[in-house]
Amino acid sequence: MGVSVPSEVTAEGQPAPPIRSFVDSIRSALAPVTERLRYLEIDTRMLGMLLALVIIWVGFGIVSGGTFLTPRNLWNLSVQSASIAIMATGMVLVIVSRNIDLSVGSLLGFLGYTMAMVQSVWIPQRLGFEQPYTWIVTLAIGLALGALIGGLQGFVVAYGGVPSFIVTLGGLLIWRGLIFRYAQGQTLAPLDTTFQMLGGGTVGTRVGALGEWPSWVLGLALCAGIVYALITSRRRRRRYGFPVRPRWAEVLIGAVACGIVLGVVWVANSYPLPPNVAAQYAEEHKIAIPPEGLFIPTGIAFPVVIMLIVTLVVTFLATRRRFGRYVYAIGGNPDAAALAGINVRRTIMLTFALMGALAAMSAAVQTARLDAAVTNLGVQNELDVISAAVIGGTSFAGGIGTVPGAILGAVVMQSLRSGMVLLLVDSPTQDIVVGVVLVAAVGLDTLLRRRGK
Amino acid sequence: MALAEHAQTPAVAPQRVPLVELRNIRVSFGGVRAVDGVTIDLYPGEVVGVVGGNGAGKTTLMRTLSGARPPDSGQIFVSGQPVTISNPRDAKALGVETIYQTLALADNLDAPANVFLGRELTGGGALDDSAMESATRKVIGRLNPNFKNFKSPVLRLSGGQRQAVAIARAIHFNARALIMDEPTAALGPAETAQVHALIRQLKSEGIGIFLVSHDIHDVFDLSERISVVYHGKLVGTVNKNDVTTDEVLGMIILGKPPTKLTRQELAELHG
Repeated sequence: MGVSVPSEVTAEGQPAPPIRSFVDSIRSALAPVTERLRYLEIDTRMLGMLLALVIIWVGFGIVSGGTFLTPRNLWNLSVQSASIAIMATGMVLVIVSRNIDLSVGSLLGFLGYTMAMVQSVWIPQRLGFEQPYTWIVTLAIGLALGALIGGLQGFVVAYGGVPSFIVTLGGLLIWRGLIFRYAQGQTLAPLDTTFQMLGGGTVGTRVGALGEWPSWVLGLALCAGIVYALITSRRRRRRYGFPVRPRWAEVLIGAVACGIVLGVVWVANSYPLPPNVAAQYAEEHKIAIPPEGLFIPTGIAFPVVIMLIVTLVVTFLATRRRFGRYVYAIGGNPDAAALAGINVRRTIMLTFALMGALAAMSAAVQTARLDAAVTNLGVQNELDVISAAVIGGTSFAGGIGTVPGAILGAVVMQSLRSGMVLLLVDSPTQDIVVGVVLVAAVGLDTLLRRRGK
Repeated sequence: MALAEHAQTPAVAPQRVPLVELRNIRVSFGGVRAVDGVTIDLYPGEVVGVVGGNGAGKTTLMRTLSGARPPDSGQIFVSGQPVTISNPRDAKALGVETIYQTLALADNLDAPANVFLGRELTGGGALDDSAMESATRKVIGRLNPNFKNFKSPVLRLSGGQRQAVAIARAIHFNARALIMDEPTAALGPAETAQVHALIRQLKSEGIGIFLVSHDIHDVFDLSERISVVYHGKLVGTVNKNDVTTDEVLGMIILGKPPTKLTRQELAELHG
């Protein structure tokens, strides 16, 4: 304490020891690369995850003889990831604020069942089947109920002072129990045909996907948004006289991001509608079927579009609104947040309400995809959602985690599962692999984070 | 307020209305009286040292003013007006800012986010991070021109830099009264000197400062008056120029005002 060495000097200006360790020599060999990466100002953890995903995809692609990387498999993968990813965005905020929500799987089941009830029993009995508004009324009721139940759990956590682990463990039992109570083991089906579109399936010639050119329009709109965001942010920093990234870095980031977006669109458009749907479509539209079969691009699935919207909204809440700032502040230091005048309790309650609404959104996607509400809908989803958030870099210590990371985490996990299904790996072995990956990912992350300090 | 002004004699300078007055403050934790009927005040442009041993109640007393722990009984006056401070937001609205001993920073957030925590600037329905960064660069630049890490979490900053963030948060919003709880306890000599210079500067700007410290030399260096707390009670408030450090030490350790200290007790302080 008595020696006054400015700490900046010890942190960075320390002379290198004469004998370099193996790690150091690797690090110095990579120095030109890491130097460049610093210019890009990209989260290296995010980059590592993308790299892991590429390795998983290429690995499964080779082992499966190319099947894994077909548009058909990737399209299905995107739909399977969507319902977990939607909830993972909310779980990030819950975990960042030092809480947990174990109830999302049961809550999803309960909300899915309620929405099935609304569209298949209540509305038809009073207003008739297949009304044009059935799907949206059902969805609105589901979202509101989800937010209400989530908010109620959050209220008990925040104002009642009961640990979230306990409250949502109770929720896990209660909501599942309620489903069995009022479903009495029955499956509710069929659902409203418009509602079914939310699941990405097909009903007759209606397809739960955007189709060819709307997918391209969406892709190009996203690219325009990315470029616009990069330019305005650069201009704003210039105006304030802050340092900005070099021009090549901006161009590279924009090009890579747009490339990924357009790549996704291209893959989705490379997946044709199933032959029978295409044939029916051709018949309706009086299109002659060529001898090699009719190729009608499916485009981006509606669940993926929903996931995209949810990602944008939750990312905006998390990074550009006071609410998100407070969630992160509470996770970083709850006492400091309270001393800064933040309403900690209300903020915590709202994260649970948001989580409940997102569980409703996923419930809509899952029931729509099944065209039914079953009593075990969403069983163990809480584990997948929490794993996705954690693999995506969310820390249980609180304060750290990103929404895009959680999306990536969901895709990584679903890729592992889907790849193993392709390779005919049985389900217990899948669980073992996913379990090992979960622990390894977090272990590696912790190790790197400790080094980084 | 009006009554107080009428009661004044014309000979007294007009600013002799205390900036802050804590009157008969009591705080209990369970059965323990942490603060037991303490009355202290603070004038504009003045530093009042609040001293006492560990657990004497000085931090708890200050927390009633910062809104972190409202008093069980007693009154608080700001510029002569009775006020109710039931949370930190109330205190800040009255121009009372606090630099906590723990600094109370969200370690995972960057400097601008910490400076504006709870008082974020917004524009167009979103946080205006650029405006907050710009303002933070200005206010921290005044405190520490070498500060450069405006984008990294404050966790990665040195002790002195973290202190600068906490101070910036307190002074950016035009504070009238400042509570500094052990502001130099975690700092090296160079950084301590910086904080001392800052305190003198703030004082010259007319800000009143409660300086909580157990470093008697710091307190003698910076304050005009010294209030000593002992076991939750006020031993007394003395003018720095009227007492010696030994006498203040006697107040802290034995809980007796200087007039009641015996020569023998004073001698034993050095034993």
